[in-house]
Amino acid sequence: MSALPLVALVGNPNAGKSALFNALTGARQKLGNYPGVTVERKAGRLSLPDGRPVELVDLPGTYSLDPTSPDEQVTRDVVLGRQEGERRPDALIVVVDASNLDNHLRFALELIALGLPTVVALNMVDLATRDGLELDANVLARELGVPVVSTVAVRKRGLDHLRQALEGQMNGAPAPYITGPVRDFDAVRTDARRIARAAIVRETPSRRLTAAVDRVLLHPVAGFLILLALLFVMFQAVFSWASAPADLLEGWVTALGEAVTATLPPGILHDFLLQGVVGGVGAVIVFLPQILILFFFILMLEATGYMARAAFIMDGLMARVGLSGRAFIPLLSSFACAVPGIMATRTISDPKDRLTTILIAPLMTCSARLPVYGLIISAFIPARDVGPGIGLQGLVMFLLYVFGIVGALIAAWALRLTVTKGQSSGFLMEMPKYQWPRPQDLLIGLWQRAVIFLKRAGTIILFTNIVLWALMSFPKAPDGVRQSEYSIAGRIAGGIHLLVAPIGFNRDISLALLPSMAAREVAVSAIATVYAIDAEDDVEALDKGLGERLQGRWSLATALAFLAWFVFAPQCISTIAVTRRETAGWKWTGFMIGYLFTLAYVAAGITYWTAVALGLG
Amino acid sequence: MRLTDLPLRQPAYVDWIDWAALTPSEGQRLREFGLCEGASVEALHHGGFLGKGPIACKVGRMTIAMRRAHATAITVRTGPEMAETEKAA
Ligand SMILES: Nc1nc2c(ncn2[C@@H]2O[C@H](COP(=O)(O)OP(=O)(O)OP(=O)(O)O)[C@@H](O)[C@H]2O)c(=O)[nH]1
Ligand SMILES: [Mg+2]
Repeated sequence: MSALPLVALVGNPNAGKSALFNALTGARQKLGNYPGVTVERKAGRLSLPDGRPVELVDLPGTYSLDPTSPDEQVTRDVVLGRQEGERRPDALIVVVDASNLDNHLRFALELIALGLPTVVALNMVDLATRDGLELDANVLARELGVPVVSTVAVRKRGLDHLRQALEGQMNGAPAPYITGPVRDFDAVRTDARRIARAAIVRETPSRRLTAAVDRVLLHPVAGFLILLALLFVMFQAVFSWASAPADLLEGWVTALGEAVTATLPPGILHDFLLQGVVGGVGAVIVFLPQILILFFFILMLEATGYMARAAFIMDGLMARVGLSGRAFIPLLSSFACAVPGIMATRTISDPKDRLTTILIAPLMTCSARLPVYGLIISAFIPARDVGPGIGLQGLVMFLLYVFGIVGALIAAWALRLTVTKGQSSGFLMEMPKYQWPRPQDLLIGLWQRAVIFLKRAGTIILFTNIVLWALMSFPKAPDGVRQSEYSIAGRIAGGIHLLVAPIGFNRDISLALLPSMAAREVAVSAIATVYAIDAEDDVEALDKGLGERLQGRWSLATALAFLAWFVFAPQCISTIAVTRRETAGWKWTGFMIGYLFTLAYVAAGITYWTAVALGLG
Repeated sequence: MRLTDLPLRQPAYVDWIDWAALTPSEGQRLREFGLCEGASVEALHHGGFLGKGPIACKVGRMTIAMRRAHATAITVRTGPEMAETEKAA
């Protein structure tokens, strides 16, 4: 590692450390208006006014240097230089929330007492003003004995002053490393309150916006219904808002395929591009609008401060299955992807609680499953309204997500009674003030997600699909035999088919199951490639959409069983990898893979047999 | 009166906290939230179906959520007396 001076951003959760980190280094760390967004150490580079570079690290928020959860432990270890292979920071930027000063100053005093060169960023002064609070940074600086700079991290205000103050502190006498006497917690708190009060210039009665909104959103009945309605609208939107842009994208993909046919002579290169690349990956890319709509909602929930409210509303229910409302935040994040969701469980202090949450996180329907759901639903569920403004397709999508959530809660309950038995932990959480997200932040967030999705499509999905195409294209089948069955991949799938035939899966699905472990979207591209290869020269078949082709070949019972499988089943490789890292071993990872596969198999089986019994086979 | 019985939006002060009824880490977290004898509190919302859910309350300028089990360990007092911390200031 470089020997650049190391500066750490420390402070209470949700003080704006990551926002400041982004503003100072140009990074794009995740922000969110709830405590516990950052769960690991992130480094970036910052230049002091004299041009000297320093390494800046963003840390998880914590209330003291006495950690109660794994993420807070990271902060303690970095600040005290206990992290293995890491040097101790040369200076600290302590970030405090101006609208919640007496609480944040207590930790600030604890950090200042460490004796490192320190600058205090008095952040969120705009929110304090909104609350009718005006503060004097000079009074604070005098009382604390370190420079205090007013900042608004999200508007990049006060950054130059902050850099200057940091430079001034770092140019001072070398850090003496004299730690002051450890003071009694209560004494520090009393001090913090006194200083916070002294710094107030003016205090007008605040508009209690947050409390007023909470009266509705946290209402025992209304609040719960609003949460449900929100999720419902989210999935309606995924279908209804996405159809126009998705059609447009599909048009482009088709045009690209036609261009390939027009320019290339028939042959292996033509087939490879048309079937393996455009047909396969294109079938996934058309789901970009749906994924962005899902992320739009998730970003809104995270930025407004609603996440903590969702945790509050769900706590009663979560308590019944032996979890805390706090676990609902990682679970909601898992709608985007289980990997950050599992990382976010680091904010849960009780180890058994945390383990249970990790084990059920893959049951939350991640965005990679959206293309699979989308494809099957649009092929087999008619696009009609079942009520005013309620589309049947969106309703089915909503139900699939609900099955995932209910499945997760039941699994948690069963796990808590058996393998992760233990005292149920409490629910103690700070509720942030509401904020209206800034449009540019939302747009940047969506842009980032689009880039990530397209990168995935262009790398892992493309690569897996190319391998699959090759395995499906050779050896060439004699006339009258389906290429997808005769090929190497087809023979492997034949073996898998023996296992999954009882639950109604056909050979196409068997073929898609294994590669979809790499990335779930591959299930869609794999099926698209199967049909492209089998259709080969059949121009008429190629003109039909993938959905239409599925209708001809799958029974409704099979389609429903496939959906049920995907609600519960195979977590992708990255989920398995992150589970192994976060549970520190294969024991629980293996357990998770085993129970999820069993659950998926049984759920798909029950769905299939029921559907067949109802005459849908 | 216990915090669970405190009427909503009525300012009060913490009289006494039964730390023994809380696990060490819960006690620590409450302390870090600024809850201590003499702190001003105000119950804001009771959540959950059938009143079994958590309680949101204001401590200083912060809103925190806690389970009823924690709130029953906190005895509060309403009335004109000033909080200790405020007297100290
Ligand atoms: N109004 C306002 N909002 C801010 C300011 N700084 C940060 N925010 C917002 O406050 C929320 C929390 O900011 P983060 O930077 O994620 O906070 P953090 O300290 O990194 O939080 P943790 O990672 O959970 O410890 C986000 O919604 C930010 O957009 C500010 O100066 N003014
Ligand atoms: Mg952060």
